[in-house]
Amino acid sequence: MSQEQILSSDGIPLQESLKKAERKNKLKALFLVAPLFLFILIIYIFPIGDMLFRSVDDRMITKMLPKTFIAMEKWDGKDLPEEPVYEGLYEDLSLLKKNKTFGKIIARLNYEKSGFSSLIKKTIRKIDKLEEGNYKEQFIKIHKRWGQSEYLVALKNTAPNWSYAKYLKGVDLKFDESRNIIQQDEDRRIYKTLWLRTINVAFWVTIFCFILAYPIAHLLATLPMKYSNLLMICVLLPFWTSLLVRTSSWMVLLQQQGPINDLIVWLGWAADDNRPELMYNVIGTFVAMTQILLPFMVLPLYSVMKTISPSLMRAGKSLGGTPLVSFFKIYFPLTIPGIGAGSLLVFILAIGYYITPALVGGASGSLISNNIAYHMKSSLDWAFASALGTMLLVGVLAIYWVYNKLVGIDNIKLG
Amino acid sequence: MSKNKEFVKFENVDKSYDGKQLVVKGLNLDIEEGEFVTMLGPSGSGKTTCLMMLAGFETPTNGQIYLDNKVISDIPPHKRGIGMVFQNYALFPHMTVYENLAFPLRVRKIPKDEADKKVDKALSMVSLQGFEARMPMQLSGGQQQRVAVARSLVFDPQLVLMDEPLGALDKNLRESMQYEIKHIHENIGVTVVYVTHDQTEALTMSNRIAVFNDGKVQQLSSPDALYEKPVNSFVAEFIGENNTFGGEISEVSGDKCKVKLNSGTEILANPIVAKTKGEKTTVSLRPERALIDPETKMDNNYKGNIEEVIYHGDHTRLRVDLLGNKNFILKVPNSSNRMDIKEGKEINIGWNSIDCRALDPK
Repeated sequence: MSQEQILSSDGIPLQESLKKAERKNKLKALFLVAPLFLFILIIYIFPIGDMLFRSVDDRMITKMLPKTFIAMEKWDGKDLPEEPVYEGLYEDLSLLKKNKTFGKIIARLNYEKSGFSSLIKKTIRKIDKLEEGNYKEQFIKIHKRWGQSEYLVALKNTAPNWSYAKYLKGVDLKFDESRNIIQQDEDRRIYKTLWLRTINVAFWVTIFCFILAYPIAHLLATLPMKYSNLLMICVLLPFWTSLLVRTSSWMVLLQQQGPINDLIVWLGWAADDNRPELMYNVIGTFVAMTQILLPFMVLPLYSVMKTISPSLMRAGKSLGGTPLVSFFKIYFPLTIPGIGAGSLLVFILAIGYYITPALVGGASGSLISNNIAYHMKSSLDWAFASALGTMLLVGVLAIYWVYNKLVGIDNIKLG
Repeated sequence: MSKNKEFVKFENVDKSYDGKQLVVKGLNLDIEEGEFVTMLGPSGSGKTTCLMMLAGFETPTNGQIYLDNKVISDIPPHKRGIGMVFQNYALFPHMTVYENLAFPLRVRKIPKDEADKKVDKALSMVSLQGFEARMPMQLSGGQQQRVAVARSLVFDPQLVLMDEPLGALDKNLRESMQYEIKHIHENIGVTVVYVTHDQTEALTMSNRIAVFNDGKVQQLSSPDALYEKPVNSFVAEFIGENNTFGGEISEVSGDKCKVKLNSGTEILANPIVAKTKGEKTTVSLRPERALIDPETKMDNNYKGNIEEVIYHGDHTRLRVDLLGNKNFILKVPNSSNRMDIKEGKEINIGWNSIDCRALDPK
């Protein structure tokens, strides 16, 4: 501890006076950052947190039937429960009826086990006529399902506050009555296909974008300024057009009586009465998404290619490499940061794409985000939509992680 | 084996980029095998274009280029076997020094152990052994430069082109690299065509210098001839320092002529370009050929006023008002018996007519 403390000229330790001198600047910086920080917090962090929370939150039934669940704690879940459980049910359901808040619980329980809907509805209808005492018998009299243990087991299964059942559903799995994870029934398995299709579409759209963007970016980077500016505007023009307009114009082009089909017929590739379906299937999704996401591939590639000196290719040739060898040994490796950035960007955007597949995708071309939207807007299963959204988010983060391992994230160049 | 006098030959080469202007006009140039030839000229004079045509990155609009008596216009760059050092080195940034040097050997499918030997030899030539595993970005400018030189030589080309290779280096490094490149050239005897706009570089390194201006070779000769005997005003102005007088030939007698200057005085000069009476001329005189108070007799002797004195350490420059030229420069070497030079003083200046060349008028 013999290290001598360095003092500034007025006798205050140097570190302290440095901190003092920097404090004002730090406060200023903090002040400047604050609006954005708050904005991100409110608009981004909270909603994502809420989404994560919703996807696992399963307290609704427990909250609405509090007495029932307290009574159920003593039940072993094998035979029919004793009187206290039914008494709890009676009190809870009476309260729900009085407050008219039983709609949600019916949907949630029916999801747990079908048959609950009519069971609860009938019970609530007749609950006023019950006499005090011996609720078990009276309940079974109202509906015989109160006498079947599987319904009560299903009810007990909803007791935990947190549940990952929505995530299981997202990959076509579910719990059976005894809480084992099993495959979803054959006719209800749709999510695995949907995930695979989404990844497949995102993958191929990335590949197509790469194939189309690489030469354009190269041209942009090597042409003289006046031509490259014009070309740049052509690349960016779609950016300045509304996404909806672009997708709709693809609908005009791709429809069965549209110009592309006309051309195919005119060229004799297809008969007039047998025009190929280019829209409302996966082809339409591919075509429209590739066009719309193309600039996201062109721009990073361009910014990287712009920095590659043309003398490198010349050096390669002068040293005896054929144009092809020079390209693959010199030019191509130097564009990898751009390829990485562009591919990552396009893939991540494509995997969560919504409007285009919704409009031109049809049934066979719709993606996971369309399903999320469906659950948000139509089925109102927000918890499940949140679970799918979270799975998508985790998937994207996983891709990012793999990319970082393979290429290194600091090798990315976005512009 | 006698050396090929026309190892590289430009024959009536024209080059135009836009179809409106000729960048290179009817260029004829022969380069001997093993020679170090520098193309020197101001920017835009067509020197780099000539180099690029030789390397194969530009095609001549007209005329032929021969390498070792073969027309090379139809040979693509990668088959010409010409080594090249680029302005900004053009080292491959994603490859190590070793991989950079091995690249020309690998594309030639030279076996690895032989390639290793060649790389080692080339690196020792530029004294960079032990740097094989470094990336170009980890090297200093001078080291990158050396790697670029080594890479251009590693596959034993007969001809090496260098396009202002020292332009990005600082002054000291540039000077030491000049000697280094010169010695490498002397040791391995490769033919070098070197492009620069720096005349000191050209004078230090070359066997012969081709001075370019306006798409043409103005003069092709050894460095001393270029400096001592410029054949026209452009070369005289471009190389080194130069004092000029405008005037008209008034009399020619053998190897001397009289020039009547614009100020009215007649001086004796050496007729080089302007040879007939009445011809307009610019007379050119190197500053160091004019002496103050000459001890021996000189055939031109005039008085002038010192306008400005600039101290340069090893010598002092004087700006003198002489015969109507207010920017006549004199160099006085720094010696112990320093003359008394002060602004406003009148001095005697003398020079020989043979050093005073009557060239084309400006």
